[in-house]
Amino acid sequence: MGSARMFAPRRTDKNWWQRLLGLNWFIILLILILGGFGVAMQYSVAGGSFEPWARIHLIRLLPTMLLMLVIAATDIRIWFALAYPAWIGGLALLLAVELIGATGMGGQRWLDLGIARLQPSELMKVATILALARYFHGLDFYQSRRLFNLLPPLFLIAVPVLVVIRQPDLGTGLMIFAVGAITIFMAGARSYIFWSGGAVLAITPWVIWPMLRDYQRDRILTFLNPESDPLGAGYQITQSKIALGSGGMSGKGFLQGTQSQLNFLPEMKTDFIFTVVVEEFGMLGGFALLGVCLIILGYGILIGLGCRNQFGRLLSVGLSFTLFMYIFINVGMVMGLLPVVGVPFPLVSYGGSAMITFMIAYGLILSVASHRDVSLAPKGSGLG
Amino acid sequence: MAKEGLRYTLFSRRALLVAGLQGLAITILGGRLYYLSIVQGAKYRLRADENRISTRLLSPERGRILDRFGSAIADNRRDFQVYLIPEQTGKVSQTLAKISKMIKLQPHQIARVEEQASRQRKFIPVQITDGLNWQDFSRLNAEVADLPGVYPDEGMIRYYPHGQEFAHIVGYVAAPRAEDLDISKDPLLLLPGFKIGRQGLEKRFEDTLQGSAGRKRVEVNAVGREVRELPPRQEASEGTDLRVTLDSDLQKYVNKRLGEEAAGVVVIDITNGDVLALASTPSYDPNDFIGGMSRENWQSLLNDPRKPLLNKCTGGQFPPGSTVKMLVALAALEKGLIKPNTRFTCEGKHELGDHTFHCWQRKGHGAVDLKTAIARSCDVYFYHIAELLDIDDLAKSARRFGLGVKYDIGIDGERRGLVPDRGWKLATQGEKWQLGETLNVSIGQGAMLATPLQLAVMMARLASGNMVEPRLIFNEGKLDISKSVQFQSLGIAPQYMDFLHQAMAGVMRPQGTAYDVRRPKSAPQLAGKTGTAQVRRITMEEREKGVLKNEDIAWASRDHGVFVGYGPVVDSRYAVAVLMQHGGGGRAAAAVGRDILDFAIANQSGLQPKKQGSAALNSAATGGQYG
Repeated sequence: MGSARMFAPRRTDKNWWQRLLGLNWFIILLILILGGFGVAMQYSVAGGSFEPWARIHLIRLLPTMLLMLVIAATDIRIWFALAYPAWIGGLALLLAVELIGATGMGGQRWLDLGIARLQPSELMKVATILALARYFHGLDFYQSRRLFNLLPPLFLIAVPVLVVIRQPDLGTGLMIFAVGAITIFMAGARSYIFWSGGAVLAITPWVIWPMLRDYQRDRILTFLNPESDPLGAGYQITQSKIALGSGGMSGKGFLQGTQSQLNFLPEMKTDFIFTVVVEEFGMLGGFALLGVCLIILGYGILIGLGCRNQFGRLLSVGLSFTLFMYIFINVGMVMGLLPVVGVPFPLVSYGGSAMITFMIAYGLILSVASHRDVSLAPKGSGLG
Repeated sequence: MAKEGLRYTLFSRRALLVAGLQGLAITILGGRLYYLSIVQGAKYRLRADENRISTRLLSPERGRILDRFGSAIADNRRDFQVYLIPEQTGKVSQTLAKISKMIKLQPHQIARVEEQASRQRKFIPVQITDGLNWQDFSRLNAEVADLPGVYPDEGMIRYYPHGQEFAHIVGYVAAPRAEDLDISKDPLLLLPGFKIGRQGLEKRFEDTLQGSAGRKRVEVNAVGREVRELPPRQEASEGTDLRVTLDSDLQKYVNKRLGEEAAGVVVIDITNGDVLALASTPSYDPNDFIGGMSRENWQSLLNDPRKPLLNKCTGGQFPPGSTVKMLVALAALEKGLIKPNTRFTCEGKHELGDHTFHCWQRKGHGAVDLKTAIARSCDVYFYHIAELLDIDDLAKSARRFGLGVKYDIGIDGERRGLVPDRGWKLATQGEKWQLGETLNVSIGQGAMLATPLQLAVMMARLASGNMVEPRLIFNEGKLDISKSVQFQSLGIAPQYMDFLHQAMAGVMRPQGTAYDVRRPKSAPQLAGKTGTAQVRRITMEEREKGVLKNEDIAWASRDHGVFVGYGPVVDSRYAVAVLMQHGGGGRAAAAVGRDILDFAIANQSGLQPKKQGSAALNSAATGGQYG
């Protein structure tokens, strides 16, 4: 094997316990800290009370972390084999919510599991990356560059995106599209596709603008200048910016955020939790939180760079990018850089679906890490 | 395998590119955060404060209205209320429905809140109800947490401890109307639950009673609910107390004595003009107006034929009847037209042209002198005077004693009465004065009208010979309640004064019209004059207007009873005027007047409070003249 010189052979036959103990426990600790910080913030937005959110956040945190560890220690060949079935299963769940899902948040996105409401669209992000990684794992360098070979991955992306947008959940749909595109990019598709695609995206606004109706333009203008409508659509973002800015360097102190404690902030426990963090802990608190996230995300990319199989590489970098998308969109949105689309901050925002998604995604990343030297069957015909 | 190497190289290059973009994106977020927190931090801190800090007006405590001894007749008491802010609550009607499950709300209260909420600007709170008890208040406090825009509060509310006994003087307060808000831009009026004077002294002295608003800074949450107060607070400066000359004990006694009668009684301190009592019955309870009155209650007050809303003492005009006879007599004496011993013979009637004028005593008084004519109220004697006396001289005498004059003692709606003369007749009817009219006026009938207040002033002037001016309000709170005021003399010759005093004392002597209500020899003696005013003509007019219903006519066509009196005869202090609407004649009014004068003399009304309540004022008062 030509790659033998590049990747020194290592032990690949570790058992379950050895893999578990071999995980990067520093990163796991950081994740625990991130989740624990989430509990503290949920405590704060409830006005200094464990009830109702902090307690539930904590109750969700521990089993989902356990789920992450189990996924991390599980043989990656199992995930490799389950990649397509996971995509099919995710799609089935997505269609299930169309039929039996309860209505919430303006669209049918929830699947009520009794203990928690599951958003299949969240799981679909992971499943799509799994399927794409699995697909490109089977293509060599030249095959990856063939335009014809991009049709199956396009199908893998387009189907969930269309279903999710139909829900309607434009934000999540675009996010699946974005992580899918990035995964294809890293898998080695020709770069002109992306440059030209980017160019088309860049000129789209100028083409679309004359076609929009007045109310649609108003919405866009309100996003661009929220102060123009401080009590209407711009209220949330205006209040969020006030909270962020008024926190100053080191914040107003835990439980002392006036914007949050006095309920001026909307959707505090979910979308605007980062705002609460900055209001109470200041810019430095915000930097620290982003710093922890950078380490966690960066580790995912490092795992990808150090992995011997394409499945693991694409999986960990793709998932890492997914988690990055959460953070970027969430923080960008509360700062008024992006429209308010309802993307949570992983592990800090309240909500079970996003937490499960994060833990599954990071479990897979960790699984890639402990199997970085495993070489999977080039055509993916078996576990081997 | 070279292909694997190429694949990895491309992957790692692109992964690093993506990682770099991620790093760049996070850096942009960090830069944005720096911009918001540090560069624009001060601006946003200010805006956060604007959000959470709200300046609220503090309602000043309304000045009290006190009687002459400092006892409150309009007071404030602590009260629990609940308010609603329309813009913060969803549907007002739904919120009210939820609240009415917690406390009892009347339909007219709900209607008022909905009306006010739709009329006012939406951020202005509306008082849902006041007068909550502590139990309801604390329960509401616990339960309204889930109801945005609803908040319980406690504050001071107007309270009239004596209820209807002072209603016509103090008036009442009520919520400002839309037109009040247009006139005054004072933000105080927009305070929920704020009341302004609507009647009586409350209305006239609104400016001094109101005080000025204070300010407090409060931290509010997003729905505007107050979370805590941020010092310092600028306290409201409370309104100035208003001190009136009334003696609460006397006022209450007069009300009790009048009972169910429709009457007006004024008691004046002759030495200083202080109005000690001013009672109009039937009355209404001003406390009913504070929270807004139901339409039915208001209609029943409006339609009551005995006119409880009218202050009969200052706003009611009545024919004074025979009580003006002293003025007629004095005018004739001073003109030299008659002498006290001039006699006329009364045969029960008097012919003038083809018209017959009757004496109330149909069988006649026989030959009487002036003193007897006053004591027995002989009408024929005064017809004789009237034939000699010019109406303008009679009118001048009436005005000199305070009839036809407006005093403006502080209560809106005071009326001037009417003293007819030639000029008046010409101006109003364009006709020449007829002698027959002088005959009518000489016995206080015809066009002549007076208010009970004017009759009391007349009595005070007759008793003292001075230009007694009535007053109800003490200036600037500086007062010496026992001090007499040096009034100008009316310049009446002493022998005439003595004569009139004796004549009025004769009213209570044998054969006098008020002999029935005379006092025992041992008691301080009183003097006065009865009168009876025919109202049939007035009743006809009123009936034409349809004001009165048929079943009332019997009562409504009875004569008014009038009595003016003073006492004691030596060192006179109290002058009283009693007007009993359809009270059946002067004798009944005289009985009331006598009892009131008795009470005033016995309790030294105006000099000391009856109860040993306010000791300081009490001791200060006993140094007075009439101790």
